[in-house]
Amino acid sequence: MNGDTGAATALRDAQAPEETAARQEWMALLSWATTARLSTLWDGVPDKPGARFLRAPECGLVMTQGRIGGTGSPFNLGEITVTRCSVILDNGTVGHAYQAGRDKAKAEISATLDAMMQDPARRVDLDRTVFQPLRAERARKDAARAAKAAATKVDFFTMVRGED
Amino acid sequence: MYVAVKGGEKAIDNAHRLLAETRRGDTGVAELSVDQIREQLKLAVDRVMTEGSVYDPELAALAIKQARGDLIEAIFLVRAYRTTLPRFGTSKPVETGKMRLERRISATFKDVPGGQVLGPTFDYTHRLIDFALAAEGEPPRAEAREDFSEETLAAPHVLDLLAEEGLVERPERDDEAVPGDITRHPSEFPMDRATRLQSLARGDESYLLALGYSTQRGYAKSHPFAGEIRLGRVSVEYVPEELGFPVEIGEIELTECNMINQFAGSKKVAPQFTRGYGVAMGHGERKAMAMSLVDRSLRAVELGEEVKAPAQDQEFVLEHCDNVQATGFVEHLKLPHYVDFQSELGLVRRMRQEVESNLAEAAE
Repeated sequence: MNGDTGAATALRDAQAPEETAARQEWMALLSWATTARLSTLWDGVPDKPGARFLRAPECGLVMTQGRIGGTGSPFNLGEITVTRCSVILDNGTVGHAYQAGRDKAKAEISATLDAMMQDPARRVDLDRTVFQPLRAERARKDAARAAKAAATKVDFFTMVRGED
Repeated sequence: MYVAVKGGEKAIDNAHRLLAETRRGDTGVAELSVDQIREQLKLAVDRVMTEGSVYDPELAALAIKQARGDLIEAIFLVRAYRTTLPRFGTSKPVETGKMRLERRISATFKDVPGGQVLGPTFDYTHRLIDFALAAEGEPPRAEAREDFSEETLAAPHVLDLLAEEGLVERPERDDEAVPGDITRHPSEFPMDRATRLQSLARGDESYLLALGYSTQRGYAKSHPFAGEIRLGRVSVEYVPEELGFPVEIGEIELTECNMINQFAGSKKVAPQFTRGYGVAMGHGERKAMAMSLVDRSLRAVELGEEVKAPAQDQEFVLEHCDNVQATGFVEHLKLPHYVDFQSELGLVRRMRQEVESNLAEAAE
């Protein structure tokens, strides 16, 4: 569906699978973070690099697909608002953001962080100061929600009636 | 037909100002914030997202505020807004089997792996007005239970377990299939199931509820059981062309219903249970259930059943399920039809004159 274009291929860096997995994880965390939280964490990042837009933040839609019966062939379930942004740092690294919602400021910070995280020299520090907190918050929130749902699980018991 | 009529600009302008003031209501009462609507009228927000066919809780909450709580008007606003946005592409199909569950019940199997998780439900409440809610106060804190197994909240679909035995049909799966898109192509009948599901997913809840109800009352007998209802969050993944790998663009909450229905079998297929499928954005259980009943009734031809009830008639069901189209056509009747009506009036006058003169002649 997403046919390759020359420009897209040129932008795309060859990436090792583990590198892709790491990038998927940090991009997912950036999508998950609230704007307020990410802005606070971003404010604490030292030595922000110079950057310019390759693609200024833009709101649009992605058609979300479901599966027939939950497991079958795909169908179009409905759209979701998405904001995307691409930046290029002064050192030439390109970062992208594709995130649910309509927050352009968050997309810009996210694309910049995506580019910065590709620099091994900065990754350890950024992971500690930005991503580790987000990772922990997401895990904590998921766990709290799960524990509340789990408390509503039915424990069946059988009543024995009468004597035999 | 309507002919352009000039005039009324001032009146329209003032009517809209009056609308704005009326929307605000008594200024002695605190103004409702969009955040409050999103958090405290969540089910209204979810319905507007589902039928507006755009997942964006803030947008839906704002639309509800603008529409003064008229949900169909809010849905209309969301639909209009979406036409202003470009479409970047299509997500990977969301995997509801990997849903992070908040509720999962089966009315057919008591001992499903993972168990019956009730979640935040109106079920088993007494439907007595709670006057305590009229006063300010903190709700009781939800109980939390840390010692649960992974299986409880990451359970596979119940019906997949029965499908193993062939007792329940398994939905066909073709990952290369490109489903129809009613937002891009006009409806054509007969419509395939994937395209029908898109149409039903954005269809009016009350309309589908009534049609689903009609199937239970005997207009298209399908004898349904709620095989599974689940509510929870799934990841939406999208492959940006500049990256070439899937990115989790966000989490969405979905409600899903798999209904089980009797099926006597045919010459080709041994008797087995068939399925109807329903899904809604956010928490929309009534919608998902009604949709799954109607999805099943619309499969009549595919399953070799006689089409004799309204809920089995594709064109009838699908051409009338969109409440934005429906309200547009019904509500346009209140726009000026002066010229239209004048011509009808002239016609009726002439016809009456003819009848009266005929009667007068007959009397002579």
